[in-house]
Amino acid sequence: MPTDVLIAEDLDIAPLGELSNIPPSRLDPLDEVHPHIRASPVLRKTAGQKQLNNIKSVLGSGLWAMVGLAIVALAWWFASTKVAELPSPVVTAKTFGRLMKDPFHNGGPNDKGIGLQFIGSLQRVFFGFGIAALIGIPFGLFIGSSKRAWKAANPVIQLLRPVSPLAWFPIWLYVLKDSPQAAKFVILITALWPILINTAAAAGSVPPDQRNVAKVFKFNTRTYVRHVLLPNAMPGIVTGMRLSMGVAWMVIVAVEMMSVGTGVGFFVWEAYNAGDLSVVMAAIVMIGVVGLTLDMFFLKLGKRFALPGTAGAHS
Amino acid sequence: MSLSVRDVWKSFYTNGVDQQVLRGVDLDIPAQSFVSLIGHSGCGKSTLINIVGGLSSASHGTVLLDGKPVTSPGPDRAMVFQQYSLLPRLSVIDNVRVAVGAARPEWSKAHVDDLVERYVTAVGLWEHRGKRPSEISGGMQQRAAVARAFAVEPRVLLLDEPFGALDPLTRARLQKQLIELWSSGSDTEIVLMVTHGVDEAVVLSDRVVVLGNPPRPSILDDIIVDIPRPRRTPEVFDDPKFRAIHGRLLRLLGADVEDELAA
Repeated sequence: MPTDVLIAEDLDIAPLGELSNIPPSRLDPLDEVHPHIRASPVLRKTAGQKQLNNIKSVLGSGLWAMVGLAIVALAWWFASTKVAELPSPVVTAKTFGRLMKDPFHNGGPNDKGIGLQFIGSLQRVFFGFGIAALIGIPFGLFIGSSKRAWKAANPVIQLLRPVSPLAWFPIWLYVLKDSPQAAKFVILITALWPILINTAAAAGSVPPDQRNVAKVFKFNTRTYVRHVLLPNAMPGIVTGMRLSMGVAWMVIVAVEMMSVGTGVGFFVWEAYNAGDLSVVMAAIVMIGVVGLTLDMFFLKLGKRFALPGTAGAHS
Repeated sequence: MSLSVRDVWKSFYTNGVDQQVLRGVDLDIPAQSFVSLIGHSGCGKSTLINIVGGLSSASHGTVLLDGKPVTSPGPDRAMVFQQYSLLPRLSVIDNVRVAVGAARPEWSKAHVDDLVERYVTAVGLWEHRGKRPSEISGGMQQRAAVARAFAVEPRVLLLDEPFGALDPLTRARLQKQLIELWSSGSDTEIVLMVTHGVDEAVVLSDRVVVLGNPPRPSILDDIIVDIPRPRRTPEVFDDPKFRAIHGRLLRLLGADVEDELAA
């Protein structure tokens, strides 16, 4: 059974775990007990066993993660012995150490530490992402709730969504006359579509029974939004935010390479111009780590907002 | 107080065909009666109860409550749906409280809390009031939905296959609870229930209205159930009156199926 338990814990089906704390006598003895309570082996474990399983689970996942990383590092090292220009993992690690010695070093516009570059990129991402969420969530709720609004908005969204957000860069540059500012608005466009579409889809999927309840009991708009619309839409909203953040983090590097003159993308491009690929490789690893961290945050958030009885945001 | 359905027609346009689901339905339901609508899938029994509830509108004809036409949902007509109608993030008590507060904005908070407590207790869920729907059984969820409907003090209670998703034991207990709530000083004067269950219809109702599928008329039969209350199960199953009505319903519903097969 341990494998089953590990899988269940990995997927975090555990919110129901609280139920295991309810003494059997407190459940209505006449009523059939909800299947979840008895069916899941996880719920019948004692706290100690659970903790042990958690440790095993973490160690198990960690071990296999190490195996995967080791294979990739080995392949990388092998490739670096064949291609002279490609720095080996060891060289990259040394470069990484050097970069991390003084990450917040600031010697003027063309001499900034990697930490400052990441902070600059993250600020731009959060700005664009934040505005996209402020626009996308309410608007998504609206078009998801009204068939007419959806019919009007959908063609426009479908037309604009496949356009690379980078194509908007010249427009924003022309309007704002400042490339770091323009980059923020490119991120806004990037982050808008996934939030908008996922929010609208989630708002449109409110179960008809709940809509009928709202009608029969005369819910006003505020009560409807608070108790019916938002709870049902939250998982979709968070999924949209997670997808948006993922794409935004990819696009910021590209847009900064174009002409921003600051940020991670600029940093990578400068390293290439200086002919130091080990810096490029070190930066790639760091971009990955930051992207993963952002993704994990939204994954956790999604689990918090998952409707009871469902297994959380789609991964 | 009376509920009148006057020459109600309803058609749905699907796949290029006009489906006449309700064909001139006339019903007069006086106060203090429990009426069941029974019939096969597609006979329009849920459509009819939705029209009475104001969730759907008739293509032709009207529904009158005390002589006033019904055009939208209202707190005078509470509904209990088949299942999954509790709001998943709210506890049992909040599900009832939010619904009552929304349906009766004119009531004071103290009055709302009072009624919420009374009906949540009456359906035996006071101990479980803090739990969310996912933490309680289907039977308990449906009891919460019944408490919610009674707590808005509707004059008409509309039940759309309320016990359809429950196991037989839970169903029997909930049926008993429903009749007790209805007969023990609630303000509800009329109960209109849609059901598939022949036993259920006869045991609970004062009147059973049998709905037919096209090309037969919408109302096939309107049977008075004059078995004295309280009706105890399973003893009532041996009552000759019960068996006569039960047999008549089975024959009607069976004939309806044969017509359908022949068509």
